[in-house]
Amino acid sequence: MVRLNMFLLLAVVICALGVVTSQHKARKLFQALEFEQDRAKQLDVEFGQLQLELSTWATPPRIEKIARDKLKMRTPDAAKVISATASIPAGGLSQ
Amino acid sequence: MMNFKGKKLAHKFAESPVLRLRLPAWRSRLMALLILGCFGVLLGRSFYLQILNTDFLQEKGDSRYRRDLEISASRGSVADRNGDVLAISTPMKSIWAIPADAKLTPQQTQQLAKLLEIDGKELARKLASDKSFVFLQRQIPPDVGEQVAALKLPGIGQNKEYRRFYPTGEMTAHIVGFTGVDDKGLEGVELAYQSQLLGHAGSRSVIKDRRGQIVEDVGSIKVPQDGKDIRLALDSKVQYLAYSQLKQAVADNEAKAGGAVVIDVKTGEILALANWPTYNPNNREHLSGAQLRNRAVTDTFEPGSTLKPFTIAQALESGKVRFDTIINCAPGHMTIGGATISDSHAHGALTVAQVIQKSSNVGAAKIAATLTPQQMWDMFDAVGFGQVSHLGFPGEVGGRLRPWKVWRPIEQATMSYGHGISVSLMQLARAYTVFAREGDLIPLSLTRSDALPLTGRPVFSQQTASEVRAMLEMAVQPGGTAPKAQIPGYRVAGKTGTAYKLENGQYAKKYVASFVGFAPASDPRLIVAIMIDEPGGAQHFGGDVAGPVFAGIMAGALRTLGIAPDVPVQVAQSPNAPVSKEKL
Repeated sequence: MVRLNMFLLLAVVICALGVVTSQHKARKLFQALEFEQDRAKQLDVEFGQLQLELSTWATPPRIEKIARDKLKMRTPDAAKVISATASIPAGGLSQ
Repeated sequence: MMNFKGKKLAHKFAESPVLRLRLPAWRSRLMALLILGCFGVLLGRSFYLQILNTDFLQEKGDSRYRRDLEISASRGSVADRNGDVLAISTPMKSIWAIPADAKLTPQQTQQLAKLLEIDGKELARKLASDKSFVFLQRQIPPDVGEQVAALKLPGIGQNKEYRRFYPTGEMTAHIVGFTGVDDKGLEGVELAYQSQLLGHAGSRSVIKDRRGQIVEDVGSIKVPQDGKDIRLALDSKVQYLAYSQLKQAVADNEAKAGGAVVIDVKTGEILALANWPTYNPNNREHLSGAQLRNRAVTDTFEPGSTLKPFTIAQALESGKVRFDTIINCAPGHMTIGGATISDSHAHGALTVAQVIQKSSNVGAAKIAATLTPQQMWDMFDAVGFGQVSHLGFPGEVGGRLRPWKVWRPIEQATMSYGHGISVSLMQLARAYTVFAREGDLIPLSLTRSDALPLTGRPVFSQQTASEVRAMLEMAVQPGGTAPKAQIPGYRVAGKTGTAYKLENGQYAKKYVASFVGFAPASDPRLIVAIMIDEPGGAQHFGGDVAGPVFAGIMAGALRTLGIAPDVPVQVAQSPNAPVSKEKL
């Protein structure tokens, strides 16, 4: 009887410690999860800001300015454009 | 031994002399009753705490470790057809103070004012106010917010707020619109798609430990729903072309305002919509009504000659005239019911095709006279005039198309060349799809549609549509009203309009110059409609004012979209070189 009781007491103590450790581990993991979720959110925000920055840099007026002033680009004269598609309607200017 | 044993027995509890005393029975019963009573009290107390007062106590307990957190959701972004962002929300910080708690040293106040970029005295005044809550600065960048938090000032707090940015600024202001406080769309797409763009914040309740860290979730989590991203039909390169060319033209012609619309003929998608004057949606101080007006959609005007092709098409359709029927337009004016209509240049006998090419009012009126008012009304109605187009833009208008039963004879004549009827630029552009396509009218779309090319509602026969296309091509060629609308390498078809403006019921000496056209004429892909309000320079004719704008936008758009030329380029064919302005 005494032995059984001692055994049960031991079992209870072990279980109790198990509960405590697993609870502790769960909280640690939960905090890690929280941390990662926060980071994901921050990265999301940063992505939005980068998207904004990208589209601010890529506005057509800016591109045109750089192309014209810095790179000295210009539209080719229509006469110098060769179309790669061979089929030009035989009619041409019909009137 | 016996003695020892007997002694031991004498110590047995049962033989205790005390037990031999006969106590009155009520004493033990009283004790039992008292103890029972104590239990009763305990039971009652626990009943009171657990059942009667549980809500209050639970709340008190929760308030010590349980927190309800809001999970914010962001508003959806607006992008063009290629995914370039036109409007996006990003979180900012707002700094607030509880003046009663904010006891700052002058040095701290200085520090804070410097970070928030506000005047030190202004800040001190705000902190000294007797309100219970004041905003010190709204929508500051998150990194500045962190610096403020690092100062650890008492009574100063911050919360997250979203701010909307429009990287393309004034270029797309009218189509995208803007939002006010609380993410509420006020104009343009922001208003039209408000319910889809809006995000719904979620919430969760958590248990926090002594250090303020979240320990676990309790209860259910309400998942936040971010707003839906909207993908417009707009092409920002084409939009930029339309915007910059229009801006240039309004300045060159000293005009009051202008509008430009570009439509994809195959799908009905709106590729560009520009208005001048415009505004910067990122900084909306000193906004005037004129800047806010989305003219292409909300303003109607008497379109003038751009309506002639519809009259002619109806006459062709009902078999009253043929492509080459001769109409006598001499001597350049005619009188109907006491009113005189005239041509700006007198013409002699013209074919029906030349009436379009030369834009003769007299010719159009004579052709219209072969039609009944009801026929004309039905046709105008069928191409969408007088009806709101339901794009979802705020303030969309249907224009004016009076019922045919009340038309006077002169009205039928003037309507044939676009007076006495009013339309918006968007309606006009859409109506031209019947000529650019095979006689059918398609609905327009603000958002990108990946569906197959549409078939619309037939208005004219294919035969009529192709004949009118040929006439519209003549208008752009030498001898027509708009040689300046030519584009080297492409066949272009279009019609000019030069209309007098109505002011207080009288036609004033002010004009609206317009041009609507499409290209390549062999297989039309794009419709461009231009309207210039009150050109004040040397020229006011649609062909001179709006024609070059059309050519500039169309040439750039065709190249940007990679649409193949349909005519070999002759070197001599670029007198006004519309390709000089734009580069993209």
